[in-house]
Order: sequence, then structure tokens, then C-alpha cells
Amino acid sequence: MTQRQVLLEMNHVKKSFDGVQVLSDISLAVQEGEVVSIIGPSGSGKSTLLRLATLLERLDDGELIYMGEAAATSENGKSVYASKEKLKQLRKVFGLVFQNFQLFPHFSVRKNITDALVHVEKVSQEEADSRAEKLLAQLGLSDKADNYPYQLSGGQQQRVSIARALALQPKILFFDEPTSALDPELTGEVLKVIKELAREHMTMIIVTHEMQFAREVSDRILFMEQGVVVQEGTPDEIFENPVERVREFIGKLG
Amino acid sequence: MIETGLLLAQKNIDLLRMFSQLGEGFVVTLEIFVLTLLFSLPLGLLVSFGRMSKNCVIRSITKAYISVMRGTPLMLQIFVVYFGPYYLFEVSFGTGYRFPAVIIAFVLNYAAYFAEIYRAGIESMPKGQYEAAEVLGYSKLQTFVRIILPQVIKRILPPVTNETITLVKDTSLAFTISIAEMFTIAKQIAAAQTTMIPLIGAGVFYFIFNLLVALGMEKLEKSLDYYR
Repeated sequence: MTQRQVLLEMNHVKKSFDGVQVLSDISLAVQEGEVVSIIGPSGSGKSTLLRLATLLERLDDGELIYMGEAAATSENGKSVYASKEKLKQLRKVFGLVFQNFQLFPHFSVRKNITDALVHVEKVSQEEADSRAEKLLAQLGLSDKADNYPYQLSGGQQQRVSIARALALQPKILFFDEPTSALDPELTGEVLKVIKELAREHMTMIIVTHEMQFAREVSDRILFMEQGVVVQEGTPDEIFENPVERVREFIGKLG
Repeated sequence: MIETGLLLAQKNIDLLRMFSQLGEGFVVTLEIFVLTLLFSLPLGLLVSFGRMSKNCVIRSITKAYISVMRGTPLMLQIFVVYFGPYYLFEVSFGTGYRFPAVIIAFVLNYAAYFAEIYRAGIESMPKGQYEAAEVLGYSKLQTFVRIILPQVIKRILPPVTNETITLVKDTSLAFTISIAEMFTIAKQIAAAQTTMIPLIGAGVFYFIFNLLVALGMEKLEKSLDYYR
């Protein structure tokens, strides 16, 4: 395999809330084009890991590095964050898809996708609109451009939120349980889109409960429990040779 | 016979004059109403920021301010604003200060109520909306102006309508420092001619005005119905 760029590095990450250790010494490196799934029971700290990576929460200790540039470094057992400007710049590296979409309800589908482009990235409205059109076509939502989020099904809303994230052309896309808020019959259309992105070698980190999906789409799977990585490996390694605890978990889910 | 005919004619003229005088008073009422809204709506937003500030000094001050404004009669506040400068600093602005004093008192009072309405609206917004905006790169100001405030306005329209209707009626309190607004004039005519008619007339003016206010707010609410 050729040397690929490491896009994200998290080293010895620690995080606690109100004295309760949620993550203890987690490390993770993700290369360009890689799809990494994080699975594990509720409360294992997987969503916290995602929130730390996306700068929505702050590390207690450890390093957070995007494309070789530090968002946070560890000094004397405490994380020290880079300047606001630096973080703003590093934020452009990634996008995040939320569990419950978090579309802006007062914006049409098109505006949800273009607004940040125009007002944050200062892209022209025409350019933003044409990008939105392409993305909507790609995700099979062309006829929904002028609708408002409440008029869409959950699956459609989640696809719009994926389009919104993709419009900013991130190098990494994070997914926080992207199908957990959806009816079972709607999860398929969202998972299909993610698989499509995987085929196009989009770098993705996916927190999910969908075991079969994780197995199909991932290059690597992390099983987390109680703030530590219990097992890490290729899907085959995880599903064919699970350690005791992982076997238990996979078994329970059938 | 002739005398009663004359009396009747005079009564008719009086009724006409009465309504034209009430109308003049209504213009002042309208001025108080418009100026109060114009200043208290933005000031209320500012106060709500203070109320939600991370700085505990600012938070305590605004909290005390809101508490006093809501906890004491508006009539008393009008007196304090009007007479306060004289008793405290022996400064007298003369009768020309009456109207500004009323506006200041109304604005300070209504800003406190609006601040609490804004706060309820802002605090009802899901945290995820802020987080989504943050990840997309919006600045704090952009997040508030583009994402949060428009949704807050939709949410707070019903309580704002309530306050606005109360304000229409509260303008009559300006009579306490003899501002020539509608209620003051109605009372004067009623006292001079020993009749209820001007008071009832004023009541009709207030009622119709409030109908229009309610209608306008309903239109505004409808215009924001395009999303949920």
C-alpha cells in the first residue's frame, strides 16, 4: 500500500464529565480514504470521542491533530488548544452529520446547503447553488430543493444534512449514529449514501449501531466500552475473531 | 320648544368636538405606543443577553433590574422617572420633560418584560442548532443572527402579542403626569360635562386599536408559517 496522508490523529485522549472518566487513554489515527467505524454499547464513550474530534467538547488531556497540525497538544498532563483562528481553519477539514440531522428548519433544503457556503466560505450564490444542485442530484433529492425540512421524511432530512456537510468539501466526514433517529425502513437510504461515499474514497468516521453496515462499509472497526478500545481491527478480524466481550455484544444483537 | 331644540343642536356639536378631541389624544397614545415598541424591543434583547451572561455581575444586575421593573407598578415608575431628577438632583426639566419621561418609563418597563420573553425563546432552542452552526463554521454572531434569532422570533410571537396588547391599554397610565393622550382627554371631558360618553368613546378607540394589533400580529405569525 502506498503511503497515504494521516488526516486525523488523536493521541492518549482523556475526558471526564463531573469526575466520571468517560474516555481513558484513547488513541486513533485515520488515513486519507479510510472508513473507520466505532461500535460499542451505549455510554461507551464513542459519541464523546466524536464530539472531541469535532471540537464540540474539549479534551482534558491528549493530542488532537488534523493533517499534521495540532488543534490540541498535551502539556503537563493537560490539553492546550491552538488559537481561535487556527481552530477555525482546522474546522474546515471535517464535517459532521448529527444523529437528529439538525437541519435549519427556517431554511429551504437548498438554503440549508448553500448558506454556510455563501456566508462562511464567501462562495458566490451562483457557485453555491450549482454545488447544491449537484449534491442533491447525487443524493436523489433534486425535487426537494425548495421544500422545508419538516416536509421531508427522516431519511430525506438525513441525506440533506449529509449534502450540507459535503458542500463544504471536508476531508473527513464524521457520522454520529446517522440512522438512530430513523424508522427502520428509512435507514437503508441513508446507509446507501454512506456506502456510495465509501466507494468514492471519502474519509469517514462513523459511530453506529448498525453492525452489518459497519462490517460492509468499514476498513477498520473500533469496539469501545467504558472509555477504552476493547478491540480494533478489520471487519473480518472483529467479526470472525472477536474477543470475549465483543462476541457477547455482537451475539446479543443477533 | 326652541330652547330644547338649541340644546340638542349644541349636544350634537359637542359630540363631534368630543370625538375630534379624543382623536387628537389618540395620536399621542399612538406615539407612546410606537416609540415604546421601537426602543423596548431591541433594548429587551440586550437585557436578555445580560440576563444570560456568563459574567455573574452583569447577570445579577440585569436580574435585579427585571425584578424591580416587574415587581413595581408602572404608574410608580412613571412618577419616579418624571419627579426623580428633581428630588434627587434638584434638576427640573419643566413640563417639556413629561412626554420623554413617559417614554423612558415605558421603555424601561417593557424592555424588562420583553427580555424575559426573549430569554425563554432563546433558551428553548436546541443545543444542536448551535453545534450544527459551529461545525459549519458560522461565527457566534452569524449563528445568532442567521440561525437562532429567526427561529426565536417565530417562537415568541404569541407572548409578544400579549405584551403589545397590554401596552395599548397601559398607554392610558400617561394621564398620571397629565400627558394629553386619549384617556386624559376623555377624563377631562367627562368631568367637565358630567357624562360617560367620552370614556366609552375612548374604550371603543382602545378596543378597535387592539383588534388591529391582534390582526397584524396574526398576519405576522401566518407569514412565518412556512416552516415548523
